[in-house]
Amino acid sequence: MTVTTQTVTVTVDGVVVEVPAGTLIIRVAEMLGTAIPRFCDHPLLDPVAACRMCLVEIEGQGKPQPSCAVTVSDGMVIKTQHTSEMAEKAQAGVMEFLLINHPLDCPICDKGGECPLQNQAMTNGQGETRFEGTKRTFPKPINVSAQVLLDRERCVSCARCTRFADQIAGDPFIELLERGAKQQVGTSEDQPFDSYFSGNTIQICPVGALTSAKYRFRSRPFDLISTPTACEHCASGCALRTDVRRSTVMRRLAWDAPEVNEEWNCDKGRFAFPYTSEGRLTHPLVRDEAGNLGPASWPEALRVAAAGLAGIGKSTAVLTGGRVTVEDAKAYASFAREVLGTNDVDFRARAVSNEETAFLANHVANKPMDVTYGDLEAAKSVLLVSFEPEDESPIVFLRLRKAALSGTTKVFAVAPYTSAGLAKMKGTLLAAGPREEVSVIASAASHLSGDSVILVGERAAQTPGALTAVAELAAKTGAKLAWIPRRAGDRGALDAGLLPIDGRNTSEIVSATGSAVKGLVIGGVSPEDVDGDLLSAIDKAQFVVSLETRHTEITAEADVVLPVAVVTEKAGTFRNWEGRDRSFAAVIPTPGALSDADVLGELARELGKSLSVSDFWASATKPALKADAASTESVGNGQAVLSTWRHLLDKGSLQSGEPYLAATARVAVVRVSPATAQKLNLVDGGTATVSCCGNSASAPLIVTAGMTDDVVWLPANSEGSSLNLPSGCVVEVSQGGN
Amino acid sequence: MTLTPVLSAHWDEADSYKIAGYMRNGGYTAFKKAFATGPDEIISLVKDSGLRGRGGAGFPTGLKWSFVPQGDDKPHYLVINADESEPGACKDIPLMMANPHALIEGVIIAAYAMRANHAFIYLRGEVPHVFRRVNSAIREAYAAGYLGKNIMGSGFDLEVVLHAGAGAYICGEETALLDSLEGRRGQPRLKPPFPAVAGLYASPSCVNNVETIANIPYIVNNGVDWFKSFGTEKSPGFKLFAVSGHVNRPGIYEAPLGITMRELLEHAGGVRDGHKVKFWLPGGSSVPMLTPDLLDTPLTYEDIAAAGSMLGTGTPMIFDETTSVVRAVTGWLAFYKHESCGKCTPCREGTWWLSDVLHRFEDGHGTEADLDKLIDICSQIAGRSFCALGDAAATPFPAALKYFRDEFVQATNAPANESFDPVAATVFAGATR
Ligand SMILES: Cc1cc2nc3c(=O)[nH]c(=O)nc-3n(C[C@H](O)[C@H](O)[C@H](O)COP(=O)(O)O)c2cc1C
Ligand code: SF4
Ligand code: SF4
Ligand code: SF4
Ligand code: FES
Repeated sequence: MTVTTQTVTVTVDGVVVEVPAGTLIIRVAEMLGTAIPRFCDHPLLDPVAACRMCLVEIEGQGKPQPSCAVTVSDGMVIKTQHTSEMAEKAQAGVMEFLLINHPLDCPICDKGGECPLQNQAMTNGQGETRFEGTKRTFPKPINVSAQVLLDRERCVSCARCTRFADQIAGDPFIELLERGAKQQVGTSEDQPFDSYFSGNTIQICPVGALTSAKYRFRSRPFDLISTPTACEHCASGCALRTDVRRSTVMRRLAWDAPEVNEEWNCDKGRFAFPYTSEGRLTHPLVRDEAGNLGPASWPEALRVAAAGLAGIGKSTAVLTGGRVTVEDAKAYASFAREVLGTNDVDFRARAVSNEETAFLANHVANKPMDVTYGDLEAAKSVLLVSFEPEDESPIVFLRLRKAALSGTTKVFAVAPYTSAGLAKMKGTLLAAGPREEVSVIASAASHLSGDSVILVGERAAQTPGALTAVAELAAKTGAKLAWIPRRAGDRGALDAGLLPIDGRNTSEIVSATGSAVKGLVIGGVSPEDVDGDLLSAIDKAQFVVSLETRHTEITAEADVVLPVAVVTEKAGTFRNWEGRDRSFAAVIPTPGALSDADVLGELARELGKSLSVSDFWASATKPALKADAASTESVGNGQAVLSTWRHLLDKGSLQSGEPYLAATARVAVVRVSPATAQKLNLVDGGTATVSCCGNSASAPLIVTAGMTDDVVWLPANSEGSSLNLPSGCVVEVSQGGN
Repeated sequence: MTLTPVLSAHWDEADSYKIAGYMRNGGYTAFKKAFATGPDEIISLVKDSGLRGRGGAGFPTGLKWSFVPQGDDKPHYLVINADESEPGACKDIPLMMANPHALIEGVIIAAYAMRANHAFIYLRGEVPHVFRRVNSAIREAYAAGYLGKNIMGSGFDLEVVLHAGAGAYICGEETALLDSLEGRRGQPRLKPPFPAVAGLYASPSCVNNVETIANIPYIVNNGVDWFKSFGTEKSPGFKLFAVSGHVNRPGIYEAPLGITMRELLEHAGGVRDGHKVKFWLPGGSSVPMLTPDLLDTPLTYEDIAAAGSMLGTGTPMIFDETTSVVRAVTGWLAFYKHESCGKCTPCREGTWWLSDVLHRFEDGHGTEADLDKLIDICSQIAGRSFCALGDAAATPFPAALKYFRDEFVQATNAPANESFDPVAATVFAGATR
């Protein structure tokens, strides 16, 4: 297909250029290297032409025009401030207006040093003020949310923050209120603040009006050392910038990656970094004969670990967790299969199935990048299966929303109810609880074609038959298929071969430990994530080696604990859901910090071997994909089928130590359909308790119209709701609780 | 020139505002004629009549209607601008009180011409009595079968909704009005797209002033030639001139465009006895003031423009020599500062600053350097703002300074209230002595 873009010829400051028709004047100027000052303009937001800073002269027009909102037409002659007195005077005038009421906060303002207002006041303003009155003041600051603070008197009313919330995130949590000189950003009275993307507003605010509770007053931009990094929190694969002052991470910003996160990121990626410096293991630990875990030198710890593993190598299982870099994943794969000689290796710290193993081996592992963010935007329809993008891969959510709003893409979701995220994507619900998923997936074919994409989440492993149905659906319709896991390291781990081909999967490893499985090597795994009792498995194991960054329940029980580097201390690569490599550099070079790969290399050497970099999938025999048998457990009186997933902000261990972020987490609620509420005697707004196998969780009940009957939904791993069971379990639901 | 009451011909009849009164005088005949004529023909007729918008800008009405695309599959909307909030403008409100059915019949014809099945009347929020009156007129029209489904068997459907604003001058600006009507904060929209393409609910829309639309039934009934027999070539027709200020009989005087201010002043009983005109504004606070030597200028769009002002809403304000120009300008700026919507920098900050400095003059603390500064601030607002409110705000001071510099200089050391007794300028001036 050849795309012919119509071009027009325009003149900017005497330079003649040919540009695509419909280009904004300010963008044409940028192409020529001419910076027109601006505040409200943002390339990813619709123009508002509110600040009037970017006024230029267009020949034939009596008044200066906002270059951020006027598109070029053929033959247009444009004069910027460099060649037009009219433009220069207009810009100076607007700058003067902006400053009359602007506080002299620069010396104490977070933005000072990287402030567009400060900078442009220097380039396009005048040295002296002619204003002699009293400046307008507001009490300051006020909270827009727990983590976003607003100094109203610094605001230039550019509406970037409000347009971001409206156009990009779809969360109407801030609006411009009042009028005239009293105009100010404010929050809605009846709609609580609820956005996973609020931090972006701080970043795009062209002044210091919006600041971060975390970062406020903590640093000056010119004291920071900035490093381009990649986010470790999810499989979206955001490019970030990490700013460090005196070896301490001060803040993280969304960085520019047009093909991936554009210029946005989510609040988890932005604010969840205190974990990198809190509760860290500083040296290896070894359990002595009395059973006490004590500090040890590296040589000693490696010797003890090697000795413990030497005898039981083949009966050792390796659980890596999904937070590994591509480099570390390759090391784990080689260490397990070649050094230890075991096939019991799995990166999946969650509910798993052998159907999923076969699906991943056949349809995802080591595949070239054939579904990208760009494909989502171009697709006619996108089907989501076991996948809630806003919670589980926020940038996928933003891109789908953009695609849906532009009118190109229709989103369909196989899910138990219309989530807030689905509504924001103008999506259509194909209602299905865990029991109905397989048949609804099959019948979704009518919405798909060769121009469609199916996005299946890791939770599909919890529904027997779902992944087989998805593969069949893709084959039948010609739709492209992509798998989106939750963790940043999942895809790299899969590609490196950390999947139990001819071996035991995570759940099987946990249940076989103490019998067939004698030893465990465990990376970054949280016990509550695993479907099965990992802690008692550790108890039963003959020998356990833990590679960890911090003190955890697992390190407390291990025989040898080997501290490894966190992302800030090492360079590496995460492979995002697309299969795109997202490399990052060490932010704080730390002498003695060893990556998992470094440690595994040393351990291999201690065992008289070395790690190789062979391509596991080149020679692997892939198991055939076939559906696991559906659950036949009956749903009795007072019971329902559980549907669950994690909110973006939950009790995840990497979010610890960041109370402002935690305060913006969504509160846990229980959801059932109106008919189910009636059947189970549940009252909307009351408290409901969901219980199973001795665990229970209570939360306010929301009777949710359009939801699948006989299903109860509540978030997993949420503050106030710690029922960590997979979807599909039959649970008791009752009114009351606390 | 004599008065030519058309819209106001029967305002002295007790039931002029009722459907019976309107029909007794020939009302609700024009729309049937229009239905028999055809929509495109009506647009041509209005174009040929040369009718210009009475909302302030004087844009040719027929031309505006023709911008609404025809043959598309989107709904079309007719929106009546009844926000009348400009200081000095008071013609739409009396019209709606005394002759609301002319507006409604005009709405029927205009909606029919542009193929709109929904019309909204956006009324300023501060006038509940007008709301009640227009609302009952709409109800009467529905009851008579002139509104609703399949009007008089024509196959044409029209629903009319009366909507009250919440009290903001900016909501008279047509795109801000549309936002407000949609339930948003009233702030002007970026153009393009223009309302004719994507207006109310992103559909083709046309916004017209009350008086503009109330003219339509009379044009349809009496024809283009009749209409053009009033006024001038560029400003045909008649106008509700609302004369206010220091005149003996303030009120509405309907006369052909082209009547002079002096003639109009005579109809209004002249300037208060014992006083003389100091300055006057042809059409609301947003147009530059003029001096008494220009009282013979015909009140047409073209002649008033040539005299250095604008006809605007055609609602002249007359001020006699008891008026402090400083106080008048300061008052207007307080209004613009209060009504600036805040969207764009020049108007939001500029009106605030102008008002701040002008208050110093009013208090007798201005400086001569401030006068240059004020002129400069105005020049940085006018033509830089997002909408015409900013331009309007930058209008009063430069004109005032041009004619009354001395008074501003005087206000550098004497408060306006000392130089001009505020009581002397009021209607009760004699009574209090
Ligand atoms: C600040 C501002 C206030 C306005 N207020 C009114 C108003 O109250 N009534 C009105 O008809 N037009 C008002 N206008 C003009 C409208 O924008 C628009 O031009 C007019 O309604 C068009 O109707 P017409 O073509 O029939 O004159 C206002 C314009 C501005 C900039
Ligand atoms: S708070 Fe910042 S981003 Fe929001 S309107 Fe004000 S200046 Fe713009
Ligand atoms: S969307 Fe994912 S990758 Fe991006 S910042 Fe958030 S957690 Fe990190
Ligand atoms: S000129 Fe600007 S601030 Fe003033 S009313 Fe118009 S848009 Fe609002
Ligand atoms: S950048 Fe163009 S008006 Fe704000």
